Amino acid sequence: MRRLLNVKPRGGGRILLGLVPLVILALIYVSASAARHAENPRDKILPTPPAMAAAVKDMAFTVDPQTGEIPLVADTRASLKRLGMGLAIATGVTLTLGLALGLLPLVRGGLGPLVATIAVIPPIAVLPVLFIVMGLGEASKIALIAVGVAPMMVRDLAGHVAAIPEEQLVKAQSLGAGTWQVLLRVALPQALPRLLDSLRLSLGSAWVFLISAEAIAADVGLGYRIFLVRRYLSMDIILPYVAWITLLAVAMDLGLSFLNRRAFPWAYLGARR
Amino acid sequence: MSLLAFRNVWVEYGEKIVLEKVDLAIAAGEFVSIVGPSGAGKSTFLRLMTGQEAPTRGRVLLDGADLPSEPGPDRGVVFQRYSVFPHMSALENVIFGVECQGSPLLGRLFGRRRAAALDEGRALLRRVGLEHATDVYPAQMSGGMQQRLAIAQALIRRPKILLLDEPFGALDPGVRLDMHELITELWREHGLTILMVTHDIKEAFKLGTRVLALDKRRHDPHAPHRFGATVVYDFPLEEKKKPAPPKDLARRVAEAV
Repeated sequence: MRRLLNVKPRGGGRILLGLVPLVILALIYVSASAARHAENPRDKILPTPPAMAAAVKDMAFTVDPQTGEIPLVADTRASLKRLGMGLAIATGVTLTLGLALGLLPLVRGGLGPLVATIAVIPPIAVLPVLFIVMGLGEASKIALIAVGVAPMMVRDLAGHVAAIPEEQLVKAQSLGAGTWQVLLRVALPQALPRLLDSLRLSLGSAWVFLISAEAIAADVGLGYRIFLVRRYLSMDIILPYVAWITLLAVAMDLGLSFLNRRAFPWAYLGARR
Repeated sequence: MSLLAFRNVWVEYGEKIVLEKVDLAIAAGEFVSIVGPSGAGKSTFLRLMTGQEAPTRGRVLLDGADLPSEPGPDRGVVFQRYSVFPHMSALENVIFGVECQGSPLLGRLFGRRRAAALDEGRALLRRVGLEHATDVYPAQMSGGMQQRLAIAQALIRRPKILLLDEPFGALDPGVRLDMHELITELWREHGLTILMVTHDIKEAFKLGTRVLALDKRRHDPHAPHRFGATVVYDFPLEEKKKPAPPKDLARRVAEAV
């Protein structure tokens, strides 16, 4: 008999093995839902799959006569726009500030403590400030996402750039490179794969900030919808929405990971050796 | 006139004296090996040369002018590790110096100037035996190939002095012999002036036309940091150009350091 720690699942077996817990969870849900509905046919806490399918049809395939739009499409578009803009701002700030902090001791000395301080402020605590200063419109939601993820990304990138071996910087200068050329040709290209990676890791918290902001003040958006229908205990809408958000998040994660490997093959050569 | 001159150079970190009273003149075309026990200021000596360190007292003169206190294209460098850029292919690594020289704003050349740089880069890669690896990234290369690349990269700006910091220390013995041959050939072909720090005394005598041994002249057991190292032996190997160091000389240095 082989030791347990030497038993490795392979190929199809591994996929099957990964599906087992998901199938078990689904079965538990279906049976629990059926049990509740046997007791109370109007139960709303654990909607049956057909009830959820009906809700999905309403939300994702039917035009809302009031707005003239399909709710899920409108919500997704609004949320992704906020998420995209917030992350774009955070990425831009990270690239400039992270590179400068990592490469230039003068900037590190001047701004390092400030960035470290800002990074420990809980972003949600700043949300009222953002609402007061920027109003309840799109700007404050986008700002929350940017403020929420940028400090962590800046510190991560600055650390990564600062860890470029001194030998490389000396070598570049001994080949005639000035500060700007070192920044552009040595630091920037080595920072980009790390930036994409840290963006990928920030997606989780970006979603948290997005949904929080939408829950508090919005009239469209995935988070808005979930918190709206919560008042009616509409689990038949909430659960599919959560599944949709999960799907979007997974797709973004895989997309960024794929992009990183395609765009910066050199960054993954060391790992394989 | 000597290409490089040290005039009463001291390097101190607060209380600690690393180098003291270094006086030295190095002529163009010399291949100077620098040996010494660890902690005897070999690295500091090289950091003085690259400009990463400035003398606390005294002057270092290159071509009669004070050495700038930051690295520059007049001094090429090859380190033991991290000498090449991991995000550039071999060819991109080699032409980096030309690109920096020709394009202050973008650090990149385009069109005919790029083609000329690529030709020059390919020729250099061929010279160091990497013609088959122009598009390979450093992570895909062996240690010996990476050092060949680092040397080619340093030569493209035709530095007045080539600084080698334990360049072959991390290589297998067989590869190291190949590298010895290569660097000797390049030294002769390009009329280079080379300063090489090494901990391998045999290597120092095999390659150098002159061997400098750095060590502390005096030693105070109660305050070891109060005396710095200096050049305690300076062996010109004038009859060099032919290999095989005098045997007793090697032994004397071995005893000294």
